[in-house]
Amino acid sequence: MAKASEIIKLIQKKHKKAIIEAQEFRGDPIVIVKKDKLLEVCEFLQKEKKLLFNLLVDVTAVDFLPYKRKPRFDVVYILVSVDHDHRLILKTQVDEGEKVPSVYSLWKSANFPEREVYDMFGIEFEGHPDLRRILMWPGFEYYPLRKDFPVKGFDFDKKWDPETIRENVFKY
Amino acid sequence: MGIESYLPEGFVLTTTLEKLVGWARGNSVWPCTFGLACCAIEMMATSLAHYDIARFGSEVFRPSPRQSDLMIVAGTLTKKMSPMVKTIYEQISDPKWVIAMGACASCGGIFQTYAVVQGVDQVIPVDVYLPGCPPRPEGLLAALMKIQERAKNERFRDRPDIVTEEDIKKYCIQRNIPEKIEAAI
Ligand code: SF4
Repeated sequence: MAKASEIIKLIQKKHKKAIIEAQEFRGDPIVIVKKDKLLEVCEFLQKEKKLLFNLLVDVTAVDFLPYKRKPRFDVVYILVSVDHDHRLILKTQVDEGEKVPSVYSLWKSANFPEREVYDMFGIEFEGHPDLRRILMWPGFEYYPLRKDFPVKGFDFDKKWDPETIRENVFKY
Repeated sequence: MGIESYLPEGFVLTTTLEKLVGWARGNSVWPCTFGLACCAIEMMATSLAHYDIARFGSEVFRPSPRQSDLMIVAGTLTKKMSPMVKTIYEQISDPKWVIAMGACASCGGIFQTYAVVQGVDQVIPVDVYLPGCPPRPEGLLAALMKIQERAKNERFRDRPDIVTEEDIKKYCIQRNIPEKIEAAI
């Protein structure tokens, strides 16, 4: 089990230019990398003998709209090494309408979480084999977890008619 | 063996057909195997030995809607699930009853969100609303007894032929079913 500072040092040594920021939080390393270097760094993380991050636990995103930050979203990857028993939180920043390279080619478990991020935040993943909505039905017009979407949605007070989505749901 | 052995020989009971049919229907209300969220766990508990829904003749949870009389909507109905729920309701043959079990099924409950239908009565007609989050099994049994009361006191004239030809046409247009199948319905 490598210490968080050691993990950060290892990544910094190899990919100095790709890293925007690296910090430690409660014993776990958090590394923010540039979007266009993401795949390179991920491949390094997976293959490097001392790191060997062979399990992608989750992909998720954060919307920074209330803070008016310029790249609006953070895409967050949580990685675990089963062999070394250490973990890493990898982040990359992306603005509205931009695409993120998919890590499906490295970890197959990225398939569903990336679809979920696409469904909830509208962030598209380049190179994903099957980028469709996963929780909402196809034809749903909004991205519900964005901060400018009201929790109740736009048709909360109206009577719900299941026939409006029947075709979309059954064709799925 | 049964109650008839206590009757003297040649004894005749008279009743109305409505009462007899109501008695039979009311004591064998078979529910649909159908659960949506945490309330379904409570529904399962009701059907097990401790609360023993078999005392009311409702122990047979049918996996096919065509064999069941009662739909217990147990849980949160999401908008994506609502077409399936409506289809299952339509597949249950008459007479049929619906219990909206729990706060979620009755009015949306704690989920005042974009994804949840705020009450199943927007999708299918409901006979008994059962409050609670989740309701206790005793509550479900009470709701079942209300349904039994309803079934036993129902008159044939209360339930006219609901499906008219116009309804069928509307149904076919809604579902894009071609005319030929329409004739078969
Ligand atoms: S009413 Fe409560 S227990 Fe029942 S489905 Fe809703 S949240 Fe779950």
